[in-house]
Amino acid sequence: MLFGKVKILRSHGWQYIPDLDGVTLTEEFRGFPRLTDTEDKSDIERAAKICPTGAITTSPLTLDMGKCLFCGECQRCAPRNIHFTNEHRLAATRREDLIVTAGQDAPKFDTSAIRPEIAKYFGKALQLREVTAGGDCSVEMELNATGNVNFDFGRFGVGFTASPRHSDGLVLTGPISANMAEALDICYNSIAEPKILVICGSEAISGGLYAESPAVDRTFIDKYHVDLWLPGAPTHPLCFIDGITRLRTKHKTKK
Amino acid sequence: MKLYLTTNNRASAVAISDIPVVDYAELYADLRDRMCNTRYHVGHYFATEIENGLKFYMLLLDDTTGEVLITSFIPDYYAEGLASLTALHPQFHPFEREMHELYGIPFDHHPWLKPLRFPHNRRDKSSTMDSYPFYTIEGDELHEVNVGPIHAGIIEPGAFRFICDGEQVLHLEIALGYQHRGVEEEMLRSQNRLRQTLIAESIAGDTAVGHATAYAEIIEKFTDTNIAEELKLERMIAIELERIAMHLADTGALATDIGFQLYQVACEALRTVTINTSQAWCGNRFGKSMIRPMGTNHPLTAEKVAMIRKNIADVRRRYNEVREDICEAHTLLTRFEQCGLVPKAEMERIGGVGMAARSSGHMRDIRATHPWGFYAEKIHHEPVMKGEGDVMARLATRMDEILQSADYIESALATYTPSGTLPAPNYEAPLKGEALAFSLIEGWRGEICHVALTAANGDIAKYKIKDPSIHNWLGLAIAVRSEGISDFPINNKSFNLSYCGHDL
Repeated sequence: MLFGKVKILRSHGWQYIPDLDGVTLTEEFRGFPRLTDTEDKSDIERAAKICPTGAITTSPLTLDMGKCLFCGECQRCAPRNIHFTNEHRLAATRREDLIVTAGQDAPKFDTSAIRPEIAKYFGKALQLREVTAGGDCSVEMELNATGNVNFDFGRFGVGFTASPRHSDGLVLTGPISANMAEALDICYNSIAEPKILVICGSEAISGGLYAESPAVDRTFIDKYHVDLWLPGAPTHPLCFIDGITRLRTKHKTKK
Repeated sequence: MKLYLTTNNRASAVAISDIPVVDYAELYADLRDRMCNTRYHVGHYFATEIENGLKFYMLLLDDTTGEVLITSFIPDYYAEGLASLTALHPQFHPFEREMHELYGIPFDHHPWLKPLRFPHNRRDKSSTMDSYPFYTIEGDELHEVNVGPIHAGIIEPGAFRFICDGEQVLHLEIALGYQHRGVEEEMLRSQNRLRQTLIAESIAGDTAVGHATAYAEIIEKFTDTNIAEELKLERMIAIELERIAMHLADTGALATDIGFQLYQVACEALRTVTINTSQAWCGNRFGKSMIRPMGTNHPLTAEKVAMIRKNIADVRRRYNEVREDICEAHTLLTRFEQCGLVPKAEMERIGGVGMAARSSGHMRDIRATHPWGFYAEKIHHEPVMKGEGDVMARLATRMDEILQSADYIESALATYTPSGTLPAPNYEAPLKGEALAFSLIEGWRGEICHVALTAANGDIAKYKIKDPSIHNWLGLAIAVRSEGISDFPINNKSFNLSYCGHDL
């Protein structure tokens, strides 16, 4: 019996990724989109037409990562104009920063929008309460994965906790189903100040495919201050880890 | 009079005019006896709006012949009511509850006519999540435990109400609907088929490949498309990868809930390898974007075939070590064996499907009984069966299925050389009008059934989705009866049912 366990341990070896910031994902991964505007708009128009969430505008050419589900179909319609890179660090501190413009070569992360108390109170330890409101369970599984044996975000003092009373913030996933709206509100208000609010996944950021559904109630998003926006369908664990890490780091103010 | 139109899971769409419109009393009389035979079970049963009322459609699956029986009826339900089929055969309960909730149809003598998911378009708006009519038992020594809608971990919301005598659970009732997003209505908001494909992928994110395959099959049946052999093979690889990934996740989750960290971390690592294989194939760890109607954006290449074979061989070898050790781990067996029993007869009665049913010795596996694509032509699938119906049986089914799926992938890829000629997806092909198409897919949880109806111009006018969870939630409620309430988590994980797939 013991032999069996030793065998498992030996087969698995060290599993954790030592440098989480140094990871480059596979070329196939669709992360930050690079946009190139052209005179001829016909391809962009086709891409904008087929986009299931209306994430693309044609003039000027922009792509809203908060709506994008990273299906990659627009790149096939307009290969000269849209190219998804494997850059997974997509976090933004302001909603409007998720809108990518032509010529932009990296995601925008505006440190000036971060409240200074976040680094002060949560720089060493951060416990979060996750609430799903109509999410399809993929973002939720990726959030679970952030604490697994490979990513092991817990080593930096970040974890998920059961009680909102024990948590320092809320991570919201899903387009916010109306049937869950009240429970979500109660949960958020049960968390003591100071607290942070993280919106995880494109469906949570914009409603995604369900933005116009009458079964969805998005008033929560308008009511409270959001500290971090994390796009993706689902959000990659490394995107979450990178965003939270930068949110709680002390940033030098430019002089 | 002919009661049913007979077709199967490989035939193309059928004209609505070919589906018999029968008298409900006659159908009821036929089903009373027919459904006593376990070779039949209900695939789907729903109502759709027509001029001046509702038309009902029912799909019955015959597991012996592989036939699918389709019928319809237009009853005068408000005047006469409809005799409840659930009263005879409990497997009809979610379908009748759904129709009652949406249209207010009175099903006479339905034993459990409670709200199903509180959809936004329900008939009785005064019925809300907060007013769910939980079953209660009077007694000085009994107490109730309410769990949810928000649970301890990162999982989806649902409300569980236990009635306990001390630590023993007498009754569990599960109230769902918190995840309702209006999926079936959003399917019809626009006829943009890329959008519809993505909605299918989001029905249950952990079954993205399964539901997207079901959608793609529907489109292919409406367009009479016989997809290339290679594409059938690649879709088989995709769905078996998903099965391996989720069975690994659940092996790990079960270990977590009894504090067995070694298996937990081993399975986490193995799942990472598996879903990263999907990511290296199509760019998404959950296989989103892998399945598209009538073609693919991510055909396999020789390098990707080699990558998948290498990773799966590695997962298979390492998982087998875990599996062998689990079978000897007495501390684990003590917790899992004889816990959460669902006897075969009970599973048959409630219409259980998929791996949970097979763990109770009840054979339900679409890959064997109603095969599609690659399973119909190249694999003679022998379902993994266990008889005990306890938590351990559900784990053992998973363990064997992982190895089986790995074998299918390995043997299919061993001789596979991609030709590089697979077509791109087609989102524009005109659909046959005034027709009904359905698809049956065995996802990792069990039987997925999608049904669509088209209007005269070929637009999809009705889209109905069935995730296997809709059958199996009642199985979980039955499993925990008479167990200690502290065993609820392992029972829950042993089923791992979908909230969003149920709530839609």
